[in-house]
Amino acid sequence: MSITVKQVSKSFGSFRALEHVSVEVAGGSLVALLGPSGSGKTTLLRIIAGLEVADSGTVLYEDEDVTDAAVKDRNVGFVFQHYALFRHMTVFENVAFGLRVRRWPRKRVKERVGELLRLIQLDALAGSYPSQLSGGQRQRVALARALAPEPKVLLLDEPFGALDAKVRQELRQWLRRLHDEIHVTSVFVTHDQEEAFEVADRVVIMNHGHVEQTGTPREIFERPANPFVMDFLGNVNVFHGHVVRGRMKAGSLEVDYPAHPHDEPRPATAFVRSHELDILRTPNGRSSLEGKIMHLSPAGPVVKARVFAADFGIVLNVDVPRDRYAELGLEVGDTVYVAPRDVRVYLQDYII
Amino acid sequence: MSTPEKTNPRSDPRWVRVALIAAALGVIGVLIVIPLVDVFVEAFGRGLGAYWQTLTGDADTQAAIRLTLTVAPIALALNLIFGIAAAWAISRFRFPGRTLLTALIDLPFSVSPVVAGLIFVLIFGLQGYLGPWLRAHDWRIIFATPGLVLATTFVTFPFIARELIPLMEAIGADEEIAAASLGASGWQLFRRVTLPNIKWGLVYGIILCNARAMGEFGAVYVVSGHITGRTDTMPLRVEKLFQEYNTPGAFAVASLLASLALVTLAVKTALEWKTRRDLAEAARLRSEGDAA
Amino acid sequence: MNDVNRRVLPGFRLSLGYTLAYLGVLVLVPLAACFSKAATLPFDRFWAAVSTERAIAAYELTVGASLVSAAINVVLGVLVAWVLVRYEFPLKRLVDSLVDLPFALPTAVAGLVYSSLYVESGWLGRFLVPLGIQAAYSRLAIVLVLVFVGFPFVVRTLEPVLERIDADIEEAAACLGATRLQTVTRVIFPSLYPALVTGFALSFARALGEYGSVVFVSGNMPFKTEIAPVLIVARLEEFAYAEATAIAVVLLVISFSVLVVVNLLERWSKRVYA
Ligand SMILES: Nc1ncnc2c1ncn2[C@@H]1O[C@H](COP(=O)(O)OP(=O)(O)OP(=O)(O)O)[C@@H](O)[C@H]1O
Ligand SMILES: [Mg+2]
Repeated sequence: MSITVKQVSKSFGSFRALEHVSVEVAGGSLVALLGPSGSGKTTLLRIIAGLEVADSGTVLYEDEDVTDAAVKDRNVGFVFQHYALFRHMTVFENVAFGLRVRRWPRKRVKERVGELLRLIQLDALAGSYPSQLSGGQRQRVALARALAPEPKVLLLDEPFGALDAKVRQELRQWLRRLHDEIHVTSVFVTHDQEEAFEVADRVVIMNHGHVEQTGTPREIFERPANPFVMDFLGNVNVFHGHVVRGRMKAGSLEVDYPAHPHDEPRPATAFVRSHELDILRTPNGRSSLEGKIMHLSPAGPVVKARVFAADFGIVLNVDVPRDRYAELGLEVGDTVYVAPRDVRVYLQDYII
Repeated sequence: MSTPEKTNPRSDPRWVRVALIAAALGVIGVLIVIPLVDVFVEAFGRGLGAYWQTLTGDADTQAAIRLTLTVAPIALALNLIFGIAAAWAISRFRFPGRTLLTALIDLPFSVSPVVAGLIFVLIFGLQGYLGPWLRAHDWRIIFATPGLVLATTFVTFPFIARELIPLMEAIGADEEIAAASLGASGWQLFRRVTLPNIKWGLVYGIILCNARAMGEFGAVYVVSGHITGRTDTMPLRVEKLFQEYNTPGAFAVASLLASLALVTLAVKTALEWKTRRDLAEAARLRSEGDAA
Repeated sequence: MNDVNRRVLPGFRLSLGYTLAYLGVLVLVPLAACFSKAATLPFDRFWAAVSTERAIAAYELTVGASLVSAAINVVLGVLVAWVLVRYEFPLKRLVDSLVDLPFALPTAVAGLVYSSLYVESGWLGRFLVPLGIQAAYSRLAIVLVLVFVGFPFVVRTLEPVLERIDADIEEAAACLGATRLQTVTRVIFPSLYPALVTGFALSFARALGEYGSVVFVSGNMPFKTEIAPVLIVARLEEFAYAEATAIAVVLLVISFSVLVVVNLLERWSKRVYA
């Protein structure tokens, strides 16, 4: 079942948490809401669930307007960041709750709960209380409880936020597999871009109550819509300069910018990702910058180099592939040339 | 546009709220407010002059007020010293039997006041364990002020200690250890480090203890012997006047005790606000410290 | 930490010694005296003292009235705690502090005023007596005044627990399709049970020993409205110390049992729910 959010706004007092937000979630897809803290992700998710009322705008499930429908009539599964399990109920009773309040016959409750406990691989712990489970186990129980009444949509608010890195990694892969099996329309909130990009079919990037960009992980990664998205995705080097007659100039760095063929210069900013910079021993004719290696950290699949570019007075972050690092025999203190492979230029006006 | 109640799953429908608030106010009204107002209405019913006359014109009532103002402070002082000693020992040191000791301190709360009085009669009364010996030395404890003090001290025994123990445990010993390692003497340590930290908790314990000490009835009833003008405390005087069908007199004394209760409540509420503010303040400072 | 503290901080021996001595002299020795006095009684006399019809009627009334009043307090306490924690209304702060009045008001005052309110000419009696409700000098009067005395216990044990129930628990229940009533009865109330049991027991224990207020309102008629503490006093006034002590021991044993049961229940609920 698809979800359509149209022009939703929400204020808390004088604070505008969401402003004219529109989002489409295709039926059966898994969508991530990604954005910095306070950007309104939780608020949007809660409005979709019906836990919060929008000041204006509409929410549709498929073609049905549910803007004014009460939570309990919407049939959504909601997974809370801190599990929100019922502490006085066993794992079995927690999962069965949604079925019992719907007055499912006892036998079917037992079957359905058994099925879900097997799905989350916790059938052995059916009789335990939440306090006896680990964080990861609790979150799986919360997920099973949300899925038990066969919800039309599944909403997850930072489902793995309270877990440690390793469990988090496991659970998000598990969530992806689970989604591939059951195909319930799902929206999950996260502020971990790796999580969003790894798990989701589509990613919605939010900032200050606005949607900045929507697209597949690949689209967003390859074509960030604006400086915010670019910057948010991280690991970028920023050069301030100007564009004039179709060229962007920032010190010795020059790239084409055909969108501004005019004579009068405009301030602009160039962004280059750290893995889109090459390190060279000699200037090779391409636009490159001279710099001095200040630090090398060879842990992980790429070597992270910090290069001080005296012309700009800035430190560049460069990811050097391992074999390239070995080939060049880089040492701290070496003078090198850094050449961008891909530069994104934004006119200053568009920067918020 | 839907109403928030309809969608917000935590808020109850308006009619439910109104009905429950009305019911709760009704309960508080009948159970607490009406009786409280009635005390003062009965006491002042025949005018301020009559009220004043009832209180000041009766030598026995005067004696009862004086006795209460003697007994309660002594009991309070005894329990104050004990409370501080017990809190110091229990919150600052670990020793075998510590949990049991903490539990034993609460014991007097589960002893009926009448039984509390009785146990002292059994020891110090004429037929008690020490009765003959006391009589030989011409000492009176039961049916005299010392008995009243003992009984009152017993029933108010836990108040200050149980206020201080959790408080001092929460505060921790770090500051005191620091002071001790700087060479502070025991008394300096207490005066300059411990006392400033616990003073509000101490005041809280003291007012509760005092309210109970001045208002205690059952325990002192048993040990007093009801010698009018000599061993009647204010609550006992209320009962005696009531038995003598002197209702205005009984309510006049009762109104004094009720005022004491109101003052106690006011101080208690003020202290609770203050503590809540302090806690919020501390939490704010801590989070700012983290952010920095 | 013990060794460090003992080496660094002064006063361990002094404070512990004083605590033990004071506790011993004021509480433990006198209580022991009570039991030893009872033990000097030959068993058949002890049994005779504690099992007279009058005494049995008194226990029944004491325990019965205490149970009823504690049960009423649970209902009233849930209502008042819920309203104080969940709703906003004018004078809420004042109402909140008034809840503690029974802790601060001397029981004799409570007894005096309750006895005057419910007689035929009293403020409340004038409505109730014509309806045939005798809430003065009756068992009902005892229950009423015990409700007053134990009222704050349930409210005060419940309030922090209610405050601590996270919003997301209720939201989760609603998402799963529960009506508000189902959420309250199946999710909220069950998480209150441990606190309710504690509040009930505290209120019950307080009522068991209560004397000052009851003596004013009950009329103290043997077999009818005489509670155990009143019977103890009656025996004392007849100089029947042994009998008084025997009944006191029964009362003490009941109270201590309540105490032990409460502690066990608390420990158990902490284990399961924590
Ligand atoms: N009930 C509320 N009352 C007042 N302000 C609120 C409320 N809920 C959210 N806000 C505010 O709205 C803004 C958006 O909050 P929201 O919880 O949606 O952010 P978020 O993107 O989920 O952030 P996080 O990643 O920190 O969870 C925040 O600034 C928050 O302070
Ligand atoms: Mg959030």
